[in-house]
Amino acid sequence: MKHPSVFGYLAEFETPTELVQAAEKVYADGYRKIDTYSPFPIESAAEAIGFHKSRLSLIVLIGGLTGLATAFGMQYWISVIDYPINVGGRPFNSWPSFIIVCFELTVLFSAASAVIGMFALNGLPMPYHPVFNVQRFVDASNDGFFLIIEATDPKFDAAETESFLKSLSPAGVWEVPY
Amino acid sequence: MSTHIQRPGEDVAQGVFPVVEPGHTFATITEKISAVIVRRGTPLWWLAGFLVAFGAMNVMLMVIGYLFYRGVGIWGINIPIGWGFAIINFVWWIGIGHAGTLISAILFLLKQSWRNSINRFAEAMTLFAVMCAGLFPLIHTGRPWLAAYWLFPVPLTMGVWPQFRSPLIWDVFAVSTYFTVSLLFWFVGLVPDLASLRDHAPHRWQRMIYGMLAMGWRGSARHWVRYEAAYLILAGLATPLVLSVHTVVSFDFAVSLIPGWHTTIFPPYFVAGAIYSGFAMVVILAIPIRSLYGLKDMITMRHLENSAKLMLATGLIVGYGYAVEAFMAWYGNNKFEWFLTNNRLFGPYQYFYWALIACNIVIPQVFWSKKFRTSTFWLFVISCVILVGMWLERFIIVVVSLHRDFVPSSWGFYIPTRYDWAIFIGTLGMFTTFMLLFLRALPAISISEMKLLLPEAEVKHAEVKHA
Repeated sequence: MKHPSVFGYLAEFETPTELVQAAEKVYADGYRKIDTYSPFPIESAAEAIGFHKSRLSLIVLIGGLTGLATAFGMQYWISVIDYPINVGGRPFNSWPSFIIVCFELTVLFSAASAVIGMFALNGLPMPYHPVFNVQRFVDASNDGFFLIIEATDPKFDAAETESFLKSLSPAGVWEVPY
Repeated sequence: MSTHIQRPGEDVAQGVFPVVEPGHTFATITEKISAVIVRRGTPLWWLAGFLVAFGAMNVMLMVIGYLFYRGVGIWGINIPIGWGFAIINFVWWIGIGHAGTLISAILFLLKQSWRNSINRFAEAMTLFAVMCAGLFPLIHTGRPWLAAYWLFPVPLTMGVWPQFRSPLIWDVFAVSTYFTVSLLFWFVGLVPDLASLRDHAPHRWQRMIYGMLAMGWRGSARHWVRYEAAYLILAGLATPLVLSVHTVVSFDFAVSLIPGWHTTIFPPYFVAGAIYSGFAMVVILAIPIRSLYGLKDMITMRHLENSAKLMLATGLIVGYGYAVEAFMAWYGNNKFEWFLTNNRLFGPYQYFYWALIACNIVIPQVFWSKKFRTSTFWLFVISCVILVGMWLERFIIVVVSLHRDFVPSSWGFYIPTRYDWAIFIGTLGMFTTFMLLFLRALPAISISEMKLLLPEAEVKHAEVKHA
């Protein structure tokens, strides 16, 4: 696969407010392959780059229903088909007794699919990413607020994008190499 | 997800004590929380505490080895008291775990942002308490290899399966789900902080380890959206889960026919008691952590006072539970129930019962006074008293109910042996060992969530044009 030599241009801002304002301008200018990096969640930053919805809840719903089906199926098969035991004349399919295990496995499968789904949608684990090549990026987990315009954006032009980012009065702009 | 962004100023206006003392910036929060782990050396008090705790844990492991060799005959249990320390300690430990989930999930859903500085170590407390609790079902038969197919549906050539009409099997699923979900919740919360440690640790080996655990987290806006969605969903799942766990534990008793166990008040009063003892443990851990690590500006008097108020409230629910038990025994006109109530109050174990009333109901009433709620000394002492009281409650429920049931010819008496005590004290050592290792290696306070409490975290303008 052919890589361009530059992943994108990264700009640093000092406050969340400046970051969100800059992200809005970048989006309004027509850039779409953009992202922000911050040490804590900033809801309006995600809105500013045009990202609203995650499909996570659907994954969790499917996971939860799988857990429910697994729990009931397992208990039914064990108690009715494979190992039926008469306990005080109660029916083999004593479904009220099965409710708790059904609930627990629903929660277990939902939680596992929430966590696995979140990391999978985020493409993590991903130990290497080009933004880590920028020295200043260590502060993305401390007190730095970063905005990137990626080279794959159709509007991207190395010189023009760099000067555009500089016009947003950032604390610094860096070329992100691969 | 809007639930996560709290208005930092709101809480301070409502209470007397701020959640974060003034003067902090994003950078000082990272620095202060991570420095204790990655920069400073191991303190002397840590080594001393670890030595004692690890020693106690190893004594426990030796006794467990002896237990597996000799069997449960080394314990004080007999017929009719077939459930002794193993079950008492199991219920006590699992109850302690509940406060962690209450803080991390329920207070999160209620947007109680003051929880941000205590949720991390409270979640760790939950995990370690559930580990201590889980030890007992594994060893309580004295034959742990049996636990595999007695407790879990494992396909074997024998073709036997667990009995799903039994609350004991429900309990296995409840506790193992609770542990797994708590672990996932804790790990998800840790990931952004692990990235902070990866970026700020001075040594290469530290960066390698934290880097692997952080899985390449880089704080992307898209990632944060999914992260917060996952966190909210986990909180929503953990909330009914935590209420279900002690409910199911109480079914172990309530579904049976033993007088003193066969009662419908058990689920709610077990849950309240669990949160009661859990907050006592949170306070016992928070007081030394904040002073030894110099984190008094992040775990403030506000947190301790709120915990005291929660203990007062849940303690009163527990008191109501005791009252309803006694009332129903009288009103229900069942002579076995009424005998049991009298036996609790005036029988051979009466001193335990009156000590329980003193520890759980009478003494904690001092928390009505602000002076006691805001004195670390009294908070610590009364929290210890509550933990003793909650342990006595489980002792009374298990032992006193079993030792004199329907037929006087089957009455008995229970005295724990030194092996019972060694295993119980050993779990305290195990809990402390894990807690100390956690404090040494991982951030005890959430770095990313603490930053949300600062006024600077708020984006100043509300207009987002294309939203």
